[in-house]
Amino acid sequence: MMRTYLPILAIVGLIAAIPFAVTSNTALNFVVFVLIIALGAQGWNLLGGVGGQFSFGHAAFFGTGAYVSAILQVRYGLNAWIAMAAGILLGAAVAWGIGFLSFRAGLRGSYFALVTLAFAEVLRILANAVPITGGAAGLLLKLDIGVLNLQFASRAAFLWLALGCVAAGLVLCRWIMDSRFGAQLVAVRENEDAARALGVDVLAVKLKAITVSGALTAAAGCLYLQYFLYLDANIAYGVWISIEVLLAAMVGGRGLVLGPLVGAFTLHGLGDLTKQFAGGIPGIDLAAYGTVLILVVAFAPGGVLGLLTRLWTRRAAAQPAGGRA
Amino acid sequence: MTIWKTPLGRRAVLKGSTAALATLAAPSILRGAEPAPIKVGVLQPITGALAMDGEFGRTGAEFAIADVNAAGGIKSLGGAKLEMVFGDARSNPEAGTQEVERMQSEGVVAVVGGFASGICLAASQTAARYDLPYIVDVGVSDQIVQRGLKNTFRFGPGFGTCARTAFDNLARINEAAGKPAKTVVLVHEDGLFGSGLAKVMQQELPKLGFEILDTIAVPTPSRDLSNVVLRLRSLNPDLVIPSTYYGETVLLARTMQQQRVRPKGVYGVLNGAASNTRFVKEFPEAADKIMDCNHWYDPRKAAAQALIKAAAAAGKGWNYNLPLNYSCVGLLADALNRAGSTDRAKVNEALAASTWADHVMPYGPTKFVDGQNQGAAPVSLQVQEGAIRVIYPEAFSDAKPIFPARA
Amino acid sequence: MYSLPIVLEATLNGLLTGAIYALVALGLTLVYGVLHIINFAHGAFLTAAMFAVWMAVTFLGVDPYVAIPFLTIVFFAIGYGAQRFVIGPASHGDDGNILLVTLGLSIVIENILLAVFRADTRTITTDYAFEVVEIGPLLISQARLYGFLAAVVVSGLLWGLLTRTDTGKAIRAVAKEKLGASLVGIDVRHIYAVTFGLGCATLAVAACLLMPIFYVNPRVGQAFVLVAFTIVVLGGMGSIPGALAGGLFIGVVESLTGLFFGDSLGQIGIFIIFILVLLLRPSGLFGARA
Repeated sequence: MMRTYLPILAIVGLIAAIPFAVTSNTALNFVVFVLIIALGAQGWNLLGGVGGQFSFGHAAFFGTGAYVSAILQVRYGLNAWIAMAAGILLGAAVAWGIGFLSFRAGLRGSYFALVTLAFAEVLRILANAVPITGGAAGLLLKLDIGVLNLQFASRAAFLWLALGCVAAGLVLCRWIMDSRFGAQLVAVRENEDAARALGVDVLAVKLKAITVSGALTAAAGCLYLQYFLYLDANIAYGVWISIEVLLAAMVGGRGLVLGPLVGAFTLHGLGDLTKQFAGGIPGIDLAAYGTVLILVVAFAPGGVLGLLTRLWTRRAAAQPAGGRA
Repeated sequence: MTIWKTPLGRRAVLKGSTAALATLAAPSILRGAEPAPIKVGVLQPITGALAMDGEFGRTGAEFAIADVNAAGGIKSLGGAKLEMVFGDARSNPEAGTQEVERMQSEGVVAVVGGFASGICLAASQTAARYDLPYIVDVGVSDQIVQRGLKNTFRFGPGFGTCARTAFDNLARINEAAGKPAKTVVLVHEDGLFGSGLAKVMQQELPKLGFEILDTIAVPTPSRDLSNVVLRLRSLNPDLVIPSTYYGETVLLARTMQQQRVRPKGVYGVLNGAASNTRFVKEFPEAADKIMDCNHWYDPRKAAAQALIKAAAAAGKGWNYNLPLNYSCVGLLADALNRAGSTDRAKVNEALAASTWADHVMPYGPTKFVDGQNQGAAPVSLQVQEGAIRVIYPEAFSDAKPIFPARA
Repeated sequence: MYSLPIVLEATLNGLLTGAIYALVALGLTLVYGVLHIINFAHGAFLTAAMFAVWMAVTFLGVDPYVAIPFLTIVFFAIGYGAQRFVIGPASHGDDGNILLVTLGLSIVIENILLAVFRADTRTITTDYAFEVVEIGPLLISQARLYGFLAAVVVSGLLWGLLTRTDTGKAIRAVAKEKLGASLVGIDVRHIYAVTFGLGCATLAVAACLLMPIFYVNPRVGQAFVLVAFTIVVLGGMGSIPGALAGGLFIGVVESLTGLFFGDSLGQIGIFIIFILVLLLRPSGLFGARA
């Protein structure tokens, strides 16, 4: 039983050790941002990867988490930890609401993807217009370093906080996938009608999945806020974050627990790498990034993790004696 | 021109730093070698939604660095040359933050730029962790200088100043013409600057005797502005005040021309096109007599004229962002010179005590209070016969306002 | 709150703008109907086409309307190649991967355009840019009127191509039953590429009609692509007449909500209608297929 958690422990331990090996804040800042994206992508992966319900609108959950947390802190002076908890809860609630409406209407595939996109856009336009979100001026969290305020002087401390959230998310996802609910979710992905015929309450399973998914992505939104201390409608509800979490989960390996984390590191590592060879012409680096993205999909259709597993099993098959390292 | 000369890529920068290390290792004074170059971080969004503005800003900084170096570098530091470490903020705060971290690790002495308020807020905060001086170029949100950061200096005017100056100038121009304009329609983009301006205008304009007939928010990007013009036609205001970005202003001006909507005046505030030479050149008729209250250079300064010529010779366009960033880098060079050191605390101190007057902006000598340059203000401009002229205040003007534009 | 003539004129404006939306949506719905993919690169292809028009006008002095046949052919070829040699092979026929590949493609196209043309917003000037047709108090832009007519004609041509020609029949066969089509000897990969090429060709037409009234910069396509998605769903995914009707409908909705709630908040109108249609009638307002 514990064996399934070993890879999680190993990779989390490895990342936790980074601040001891690397002092460069450039690197730590990079890892923090990647972890925030990875957390959001874990949320996407549970619904999209494991459950097969592709969402283009996870910004709705990311933004709700971030905005709720920010509004409670800025307008009502609430403690940052409590505000974050509230952000996660409301993110989950919004997810449940969107799920309830769309799954009840029987939307799947592209239809579900597009309706989530539309929900996120409605929230973005609203957040840009109503006064409580600060409208277009956005919300600025006061710089006030302290553990109680969820603000840290060192990048390393924030890295461990974000990593703690990611680790919790990984354990949660692992546990879900090994549970009855996880099996039902996979059954829904593979064949919804067959699952229903076998007595799975499809609607309930999907709703559970989108709620947990929303909570995870909302947590990422809260972390984003605590790290950058500034929000506006395009940051919180913009299409960028929906795409960011979807890409990370898919590139890493859809439906695999460690997929989002691997994907986020791969994508952002790639982005940073191409940036260094860009020279003075704007856009060349991103064009190279896009090209590599296409190549990754072409040569690793099951994601980076899928490719690694395939290579590993092939090697293991080639040398059956020493295969189990 | 400078773009090819300036080492922009990281590899080039790395090479530069090894060279710098080599010079440091050798006792430079004995060998009479040049002092190690001083690295200046230039942060601009040159990809993504703000790429157009970022490109202008980068050009301005490049010209300034080239000029400072051509004039003998930083004199108090033995004529040390400035060297640009460029960072692409990719039009979002995360990338801006990451670039500031990289610049810090590469040992820049200060960071200049940011353009958008969101980028400036995040990037200056990151710089504050290292006491790294940060000079904001545009970022109009007044939150930027209200956080008590000791490293953040805004050379240009903030939002409140821009709004106030815009109304005051408008009221005076209107008064001088015998108060032909009484009714106003506001057209604003729905982001930070447009919505913010509209809010202030709704409070302030009635006090100045204007009646606001309607306030129309438009999204960026807008696909079509026919309806806005339709409403303008039916409301028939004396004055239209557009605070919109480039693309939307182009659409608005063209549609107004086509639909024959001819108010007595069009008075932009921080408008993205009315003070852009490209707009004036491509739509001479639609742009004619449009006024704009915006960041601008001081046309009477020889350095400003030389900068315009240099930009034209390099095949670059021209908007306010270019001279503003040119001046921001100059401000830093002056502070470095007075500090006589690249020590951050000293540079921050020198910036805070700055009384620099050799910039190309219509500001007067710099004076920072809580990081905001007090003399900074926008000016009122008007497109006249295909050229953008300063019409108000008189101290900086090179033309008289033509108002009302149409009787 | 507004007089009748203004509401009428706003409606007319909406129809004219909606026709352009419909043109952009035509290619998207066609590709969706046959390949069953959401093409994320659609906006980027539109941007590329608009730059092509800009170049033709600026460097060759060709009128944008004259450029239509040439650019249509060029973009058909580009689209054909993109599907046949990039999207198809790279995605291994998996829907999720197609999504990633088209996303990647859009990043590549947009940023190459940025590298080549830089971020400046560019426009073209034509003699007729400010010409209007006067009907009573109404001043209708000629260029927009041409756009409307062309949208109707192109929809008709595309519809004819799909129903009357052999290629069209093959396309529809592949759309309905891929396996069956390949069994009767239809080259499915070729048909996929042809469909994608047709999608890009309609974008070239849209670009030629848009440039006289709009501007181009490397990100301009994104302004149209979200609204095009909406139209595709409203019209019923894969339906050509649906896309035309959906485009006109969205144009009018946008115009009227814009008139009454402001252009900024008015955008919500589109998405709310979109959500309601999806929740209540997912086959689309005009779609027959479930």
